[in-house]
Amino acid sequence: MTMPSKVLILGSGPIVIGQAAEFDYSGSQACRALREEGVTTVLVNSNPATIMTDEGIADVVYIEPLTVEVVERVIARERPDGLLPTLGGQTGLNLAVALADAGVLERYDVRLLGTPLEAIHKAEDRELFKQTLAAIGEPVPESETVTSFEQAAAVCGRISLPLVIRPAYTLGGTGGGIAHTEAEYESIVRGGLAASPISQVLVERSLLGWKEIEYEVVRDGADNCVTVCNMENLDPMGVHTGDSIVVAPSQTLTDKEYQMLRSAALKIIRALGIEGGCNIQFGLAPRPDIVPWAWPDGSEATPGDRFDLPPYYVIEVNPRVSRSSALASKATGYPIARVAAKIAVGRRLDEIANAVTERTTAAFEPALDYCVVKIPRWPFDKFPFGDRHVGTQMKATGEVMAIDRSFEAALQKAIRSLEIGGRSLLWEDPSWVGDPCARSMEATDERLWTVMAALRRGAETIEVARKSGIDPWFIERLQNIIAAERRLLAEPLTRDLLREAKRLGFSDAQVGTLADRLPEQVRDLRKDWNLRPVFKMVDTCAAEFDAVTPYFYSTYEEENEAPALDGDKVLVVGSGPIRIGQGIEFDYASVHAVWALQEAGYKAIIANSNPETVSTDFDTSNRLYFEPLDEESLREILHNEETEDGVAPGTIVQFGGQTGISLAEPLYRTARQIVGSSYETIDLAEDRRRFEDFLNKLGIPQPPGAGVHTVEEALATAQQIEYPVLVRPSYVLGGRAMEIVHNASELIRVLTSILESSDGKPVLIDKYLEGREVEVDAVCDGEDVLIPGIMEHIERAGVHSGDSMAVYPGLNLTPNEVDTIVDYTRRIGLALDVRGLMNVQYVIMSEPRGASTVYVLEVNPRASRTVPFISKATGVPLVRLAVNCSLGRTLADQGFKGGLWPRQPLVAVKVPVFSMAKLIGVDTYLGPEMKSTGEVMGVDATFPAALAKAVIAADFVLPPNGGALLSLSDHTKPDAIPVIRRLHQAGYRLYGTEGTAAEIRALGIPVEQVAKRLNEGHPNVLDVIEAGLVDCVINTPEGGRATAMKDGFQIRRAAAERRIPCFTSIDTARAATEALLAGSQTFNVLPIDAYRRGDGV
Amino acid sequence: MAERAYLILEDGSVYEGRGFGAPVAASGEVVFNTSMTGYQEALTDPSYAGQLLAMTYPIQGNYGTNSRDDESGRVQVNGFVVREHCTAPSQRLMTATLHDYLLERGVPAISGIDTRALTRRLRSAGVMMGCLVQDEDPAEALARLLAAPRYGVSDLVPSVSAERPFAWPPAGVYAPVDGDADSRPRHRIVLLDLGVKYNIMRSLRRLGCDVMAMPATTDAETVLSLNPDGVVLSPGPGDPVLLDYAVATVKGLIGRTPIMGICLGHQVAALALGARTFKLKFGHRGANHPVKDVASGRVQITAQNHGYAVDSDGLPASVDVSHVHLNDGTVEGLRGREAPLLTIQYHSEAAPGPLDNMYLFERFVEMVGAKA
Ligand SMILES: Nc1ncnc2c1ncn2[C@@H]1O[C@H](COP(=O)(O)OP(=O)(O)O)[C@@H](O)[C@H]1O
Ligand SMILES: Nc1ncnc2c1ncn2[C@@H]1O[C@H](COP(=O)(O)OP(=O)(O)O)[C@@H](O)[C@H]1O
Ligand SMILES: [Mg+2]
Ligand SMILES: [Mg+2]
Repeated sequence: MTMPSKVLILGSGPIVIGQAAEFDYSGSQACRALREEGVTTVLVNSNPATIMTDEGIADVVYIEPLTVEVVERVIARERPDGLLPTLGGQTGLNLAVALADAGVLERYDVRLLGTPLEAIHKAEDRELFKQTLAAIGEPVPESETVTSFEQAAAVCGRISLPLVIRPAYTLGGTGGGIAHTEAEYESIVRGGLAASPISQVLVERSLLGWKEIEYEVVRDGADNCVTVCNMENLDPMGVHTGDSIVVAPSQTLTDKEYQMLRSAALKIIRALGIEGGCNIQFGLAPRPDIVPWAWPDGSEATPGDRFDLPPYYVIEVNPRVSRSSALASKATGYPIARVAAKIAVGRRLDEIANAVTERTTAAFEPALDYCVVKIPRWPFDKFPFGDRHVGTQMKATGEVMAIDRSFEAALQKAIRSLEIGGRSLLWEDPSWVGDPCARSMEATDERLWTVMAALRRGAETIEVARKSGIDPWFIERLQNIIAAERRLLAEPLTRDLLREAKRLGFSDAQVGTLADRLPEQVRDLRKDWNLRPVFKMVDTCAAEFDAVTPYFYSTYEEENEAPALDGDKVLVVGSGPIRIGQGIEFDYASVHAVWALQEAGYKAIIANSNPETVSTDFDTSNRLYFEPLDEESLREILHNEETEDGVAPGTIVQFGGQTGISLAEPLYRTARQIVGSSYETIDLAEDRRRFEDFLNKLGIPQPPGAGVHTVEEALATAQQIEYPVLVRPSYVLGGRAMEIVHNASELIRVLTSILESSDGKPVLIDKYLEGREVEVDAVCDGEDVLIPGIMEHIERAGVHSGDSMAVYPGLNLTPNEVDTIVDYTRRIGLALDVRGLMNVQYVIMSEPRGASTVYVLEVNPRASRTVPFISKATGVPLVRLAVNCSLGRTLADQGFKGGLWPRQPLVAVKVPVFSMAKLIGVDTYLGPEMKSTGEVMGVDATFPAALAKAVIAADFVLPPNGGALLSLSDHTKPDAIPVIRRLHQAGYRLYGTEGTAAEIRALGIPVEQVAKRLNEGHPNVLDVIEAGLVDCVINTPEGGRATAMKDGFQIRRAAAERRIPCFTSIDTARAATEALLAGSQTFNVLPIDAYRRGDGV
Repeated sequence: MAERAYLILEDGSVYEGRGFGAPVAASGEVVFNTSMTGYQEALTDPSYAGQLLAMTYPIQGNYGTNSRDDESGRVQVNGFVVREHCTAPSQRLMTATLHDYLLERGVPAISGIDTRALTRRLRSAGVMMGCLVQDEDPAEALARLLAAPRYGVSDLVPSVSAERPFAWPPAGVYAPVDGDADSRPRHRIVLLDLGVKYNIMRSLRRLGCDVMAMPATTDAETVLSLNPDGVVLSPGPGDPVLLDYAVATVKGLIGRTPIMGICLGHQVAALALGARTFKLKFGHRGANHPVKDVASGRVQITAQNHGYAVDSDGLPASVDVSHVHLNDGTVEGLRGREAPLLTIQYHSEAAPGPLDNMYLFERFVEMVGAKA
């Protein structure tokens, strides 16, 4: 095969549940691997918050929607000779298939590289897959593929309930589920058919409770195959692997079982003809004394001699790089995406160097000499009222990984890495009293803790295993942890006991809680007793060869392999797991910080716990510590990096989101150096009370308000500043627990719940200003402040900045307003003495006669979510400038000056993307609390074109001549009029609830009235949604969280489940309808830098 | 709580841990294996005779031990070294924990060792002698170790080879036959037992072979008098140059019957052909070794367990190198140009390890069939 000279790589688009940062990691790795081969790379992705869309990663970067039409235009312009489809997640894969089906690839003579189309079909099409496996004698569970509910209904008789429903060509278990009753069956099948791009679902015998085992397999064009690693799900079948706690390598498999599945995996990858990486999932029969019916002779099966090897089934194959392969890469050090990319351009495994050992090749199988544990990060801390059960449809937004020499320690470190309010395995919900074994052990985000609580109260291993389906091996490990807890509680703390606890992964804080000491005292004891972690290398080969990877994990063992790095160095704190409010943007910033440090002549060390990211790629930094991001591990890392005279490197915290910011205090307390804005600056900006005084002194307006500690104080404050008011705890990110409150009784309710969990920190009450919201990122060197651009939100204040559409440059701002914003930003930056980045959010209240007042909402003394967006829109290398300013260089030194950067000849629109269909029971209403999981960017010469593209990329395009359901609150009705007119103009059929319908009718526009409440006759709101009569819903709720919200809730959820857009802000609806009318207008498809050059004009 | 125990290396390094298994002292050559599963198979692999085996994977004993995973009639290692041994294993077939299993068989083990540090030591200094002791002064133990005979000076094969000929399967040994073994053409295979693993015989049986195992000292005429359709030279422990008797036997067999040599069997065949062998610094022991088939260019992942290798210099013209190790280029297989001879340095029978190389048994059986 000849090597292609120019290759198109498709990204995975916005971050949604099931498709997160791992595809930025794989895509970036692929671009770099291809460049090494001398191949020119062209990248298309709509997600600006990615490293792969950086100029410098690929040769040509398009930040454009991932549609057939757009990509065809890219192909026509670039004329690549190859397309790499398997590194952009399910989105990239499906798009590549669509391009092939549409004849685009043939038309432009583009070769599909790596895994052939046929193999993709064989793996993704559930029916073809079954046939392929049957042909090679690999077992699949009894099942039937159906394409209509009628067909499905017939299956229900043939295979008995419970049944598993699995849609084709989706990921993250989207649209699937387990049906226990016929009613569930119907609703899940219908949902699944809607979710599958080819309207096909597999209805399958349930293997609930079986062991779920995955293999990562790589195959080259010469048919050489290796398995990179296997992984065992602690949560058995029935819980999506993305929502399962996963260990690598498998722990409970004998060699014969391991090899049986490994051989099957190789056979399957060969039969499918995959060239590159793939992920194969198996269900393996569990112990017969745990799940008797899993065995052919049912409950009579005893641990006996009848079966040589346990039965197994092949569950699925992902014919591409996946979340699991990112995990496997980080767990083993084997860079799957890199290898897959090289295979795609014709390399054989034995021709690809092993970058870790530099002396072996990619043709081998990693040997691990540690245990890896992955735990999903769910968004239920933000959505406590959502359905917390986990099942076949993924709900986690991210994950953490931890490495140690024992399972217990890896597990406990992973829990520390989750960053859920310092929660350790000791945590118990106060409601868990009484008989613990009576509690259900159904899979939820809290199951691990439920199991621990039961064991702590004496539950038997076997009993817990039967109830949860978790293999007794894992339960026994938890028993070990509990035994150590008991010893710590009962025995005097000796060196031996403390050492044992540390080897089981207990944190100083946990030991302190149990042994009645402060964490700092435990730390002192460790120092006295010389109990310090050592750092061991992840080297792919279990130390068999000398390796060069600078990739380390801590453990309490004898030998340290990571002597302090020589020379000037800086530690960059990463941002931990992806969660709502702290997404991939922060990894983007961390990676750029590493690069900037290296350019500035420093060695960059990174600490992070997230396996999905570019920052934890072994060759991103000079040294990677894969560790929880908490005080204990940060201090140990710094200790390990101390020079002989006890000097530790400085730490940069401003790129790791709130994770980094909250580590500023311990650094300050322990007299470690912070590079960039000092702790004083950070605290001044973060402590809203101090910040208020600060702004007052500067004479910069802010919404009136106060910090309060009691309900009484709150009521007094609210009365003084007048309702509506905004209530929130201090020190949070993503607008957590923030609510708009309209009256005193609501205030009492809201405040009581916040005070419970606020740890004595004040609760903030501000006047709610419903004006235009604007934000800026700025970089400050102590003398000057550079503002690359101003972003204006489409939604007025009250919708979290992360959930708002934003436009660069602020198109509706008066010169006066711009000047004021620039002036305030500059004064704030200088007065706070910011070194590096800050983000300021403003609200502008218009006043009569064109005047207006600009208020400061908040200042974040760190890199914000919009840094990648604004960097890409303006071309200003914000992170690099910030790093250099942090190191003491000035903007002028770097050839930049203060003030507002010249406006670029382009318009960029940022649109948030939600994963609401996955989060059952979560209200999709947009408010001050952030809910989106990702974002896209639309960029073009004009606003309508940029908006149209952003809307396409975010997948909420309104089709022409559709239908819309409107249910509007009174105070939004006037603003809704232009929206209604536009919909009508676009040929929309309108449906409205009573008041709204009247309003529409009054405009002389036809409307069909529907009942709002479900018991008030038909058609009601749900009927029109479920019947597919409408293509969007506009629902602006009245007031806060009170009962008025409840009516709307049903409508909004119904829309989410049908996957149709639901606008809860009139402003969003206005933008969407503008895009609808502009729909036919043409937009450009150009590389991002071309827009900045003005080529789009 | 288990007793304090020490692993002492001849260079004076002392690793402290806790004893488990039998509370006795042991010494041997300290080697490491990087396989993540298959400790029971490794413990009973006769090639580990005379050695203290350290596993690099830190958690051992997770699935206990059972009646099916033994690869020979007893535990063959002199001692076992781990980071952690699991006292609460989980497996449907389990009959004993790792601790009980070793205790019953009188074999000592140590846990709590930083086996990664140990591995790094062995990797840089080469394998060395060591001893496992409990409650003994490490200095005294070291003195005793230095005075004791070294690994490789005496022939270990007689201690692991069958004393009397036996037909596979002997009574009481787990020997399932799956697939179509009984409908295949039958072949009579004689196996020269230098320390055979059961799975070699199971694998041959599965392909329709009736296997007769003979003691290592059996001479060529005796072998031929059994009218074999082919001969398999088994793996086994130690330095092949000590095996003059086996080399002589093989000399007498080459060209007269199809031969498959595995591991030590491969080395013995090479010596019989006039090649030389040498000792590797720290050997190849694990389940992830890439081997390249010279003819096809294909790479297979193999299970390996050897401390000596065949020198690629001075190979006789009568054989071709059929396989090489992808990492260090050492000889991994030979093929007779004329004589029906196929040898491999690795373990096609796996157990533990990947099953990718079972095809070699098929190749051998084809060779046998072609002759018949
Ligand atoms: N037959 C089955 N019985 C029980 N659980 C199943 C079955 N098939 C799949 N699952 C569960 O559903 C999850 C998601 O299914 P899968 O087809 O892998 O979805 P996706 O393609 O989105 O990864 C699996 O990880 C597994 O836990
Ligand atoms: N006083 C206010 N008036 C109106 N809207 C506000 C006010 N304060 C905050 N908001 C809204 O709430 C959102 C989140 O508030 P912010 O202080 O930025 O929290 P976070 O720290 O979570 O980003 C803002 O983006 C804005 O839309
Ligand atoms: Mg899956
Ligand atoms: Mg904010």
